[in-house]
Amino acid sequence: MFTSVDDVSARLAETGYLASPAVATTVFLAARLGKPLLVEGPAGVGKTELAKAVAQVAGARLVRLQCYEGVDESRALYEWNHAKQLLRISAGRDETWDDTRTDIFSEEFLLPRPLLTAIRGDEPTVLLIDETDKADVEMEGLLLEVLSDFQITVPELGTVTATRRPFVVLTSNAGRELSEALRRRCLFLHIGFPEEELERRIVRLKVPGLSEALTESVVRVVGALRAMDLRKAPSVAETVDWARTLLALGADTLDETVVRDSLGVILKHQDDIHKAAAKLDLDAL
Amino acid sequence: MTDPAGRITGLVGALRAHGVRIGTGETVDAARAVEALGLADRDLLREGLAATLLHGAAQRAVFDPVFDLYFPRGVGGPDGGPTDRETLRDRLAEALAADDGASLARLAAQAVDGLGGYGSSPRSDGWSAYQTLERLRPQTLLARVRDDLRARAGDGAFADRLLDDEIRRRIEEFRRLVGAEARRRVAERRGRDEIARRGVRPTADRVDFLFAGRDQLAELRRTVQPLARKLATRLAARRRRAARGTVDLRRTLRSSLSTGGVPMRPVLRRRRPVRPELVLLCDVSGSVSGFSDFTMLLVQALHDQFSKVRVFAFVNRLDEVTGLLDHGRADPEGLGARIRDEATLTGWHGSSDYGMALGEFAERYGAAVGPRTTVFVLGDARTNRSDPNLPAVREITRRARRVYWLNPEPAGQWGTGDSVAPAYAELVEMHECRTARQLGGLVGRLLPV
Repeated sequence: MFTSVDDVSARLAETGYLASPAVATTVFLAARLGKPLLVEGPAGVGKTELAKAVAQVAGARLVRLQCYEGVDESRALYEWNHAKQLLRISAGRDETWDDTRTDIFSEEFLLPRPLLTAIRGDEPTVLLIDETDKADVEMEGLLLEVLSDFQITVPELGTVTATRRPFVVLTSNAGRELSEALRRRCLFLHIGFPEEELERRIVRLKVPGLSEALTESVVRVVGALRAMDLRKAPSVAETVDWARTLLALGADTLDETVVRDSLGVILKHQDDIHKAAAKLDLDAL
Repeated sequence: MTDPAGRITGLVGALRAHGVRIGTGETVDAARAVEALGLADRDLLREGLAATLLHGAAQRAVFDPVFDLYFPRGVGGPDGGPTDRETLRDRLAEALAADDGASLARLAAQAVDGLGGYGSSPRSDGWSAYQTLERLRPQTLLARVRDDLRARAGDGAFADRLLDDEIRRRIEEFRRLVGAEARRRVAERRGRDEIARRGVRPTADRVDFLFAGRDQLAELRRTVQPLARKLATRLAARRRRAARGTVDLRRTLRSSLSTGGVPMRPVLRRRRPVRPELVLLCDVSGSVSGFSDFTMLLVQALHDQFSKVRVFAFVNRLDEVTGLLDHGRADPEGLGARIRDEATLTGWHGSSDYGMALGEFAERYGAAVGPRTTVFVLGDARTNRSDPNLPAVREITRRARRVYWLNPEPAGQWGTGDSVAPAYAELVEMHECRTARQLGGLVGRLLPV
């Protein structure tokens, strides 16, 4: 898929995803070793975006499984199409029971869900299992077979093995500790807040109209806010939003008024806004 | 870099000694990663090994220094002769102003080489980061670097009011580099396996509360919110399981009449959802304050799991601090100091007295404990040879649903010196709780649902 780590960075950059060296190295290894990639990090640093970018680079189909509390086998793996099976049984009246039975448990009556879809396809696939921490612990057990052997066992059909291994990305917000068994099967990548230099490049790419001086100030202020002990530190998504807001406001330099008026874009809690205002010597809000 | 396989297994061994669980499969993956990445680029190698060996972001703090020991930047001292202190300070000021990472690293190597060496006989000599930083005093460069940058850029820019913090962060980074360099030089002398095990700080959640330094406590405070979120999910799962109650025999028999007296379907007793109440009694005297502060913050962060949380602090007198904790959410660092300022915690003397404090609690706040209340006592049960007041504890246990005692001392030391832990342990369930990791486990298990 990729020839080197630099190749990964360059090709991801073409799709508009600027990868840090850690991200590029881990993606390269995941492709090379054929292991799933577990991505953790705060909200809004581009975990899901990474999977999308990899799919675009590899020209692969993106299959997405969105996890939530209560997601189960029939939502993640496969389900039998009961209505169709009933129709089939009532349509074939003069057949023997044995014929009908073997027929209604064939592929035709199987509804593939994301995991099975990703395993069965012949074309290159990127499987994104989003917000794995939201799913119940039982769900992790289901994932183990898929992640280690890239196969799914359907009792009535047998085992479906991937003819072409999908590139698997799992994301997690660390809402719950994922089990050791799941972690062991994956390469681990923690995406934190980017370095100043990288963040400047991201802002330049996403908000091209912003002046160079303002870009630098924006990144510096956001960096300072992250160093504070806030309830919700501003993420890359917030930096970009703020840059867009400043562009829309037509500001050409940061000053007290502009910052005071737009602080709500990057900070989402009233406590945080007060704290940041004190830190940045803004007058009372 | 003669034998990569040996390096990798050495690295894995050192990480295991720090409590990172790594299986053979991961070690093999790490070796394959090294093969795929090559040894030419050290930063790629670092990221590749981290991706294959680690399982969580917190482990990175241990991984980085250990990696620096097994895959060092270089061997021996820096090129060029020794540099004197003033030249080093001048160059450091320049590098800090330019925010030049490579030159900071070079300066750290030169500083350790020039200023950090001690001892002369081959057995007792070494390099000390502490001594280097004491002699170099990089923190005193702050004003100089700031004035330098101001003069160069001209003032007025809004972001310049952040300059002090930025420079402070760069200085902090330089201190870290000096520490890493000193460890590397010592490891060359004493063998890297030993230094990797002893000289690298464990992750914050494995540090003993009683010995944690100021910055480690600060690091712990930052983990309160994520830990609370994890515990909340764990409690929710336990609550879901507990909601499926025991078999209700009377209703099972009644419903079995429709199936001819055969109980086909057991009817379960439905539990009435009651949010439990929690009372915390915290010893906040100097010796155990780090532990109590952390636990108080954690319980405060979990408060929405309970119908009522009341927190009491004591040294030798006891006072309610629930209100202080409520305001404390915005400023967790100052919490301990504020409690000691605003609450009446000491009487005639300043050392802790459990008997007195527990007696006062039973007397003045006895009504706070009811049949739905779980009480946690936090402290080392070192009562300075005064009366442990066991009747008061007995009274509290009689009223409460459960009483637990969390003791930050290792169980081996209970009962030594002035500790009356064994006497209390006979009346209430006492648990050893030395690190944040243990506390997380205990809280997840013991908190009522």
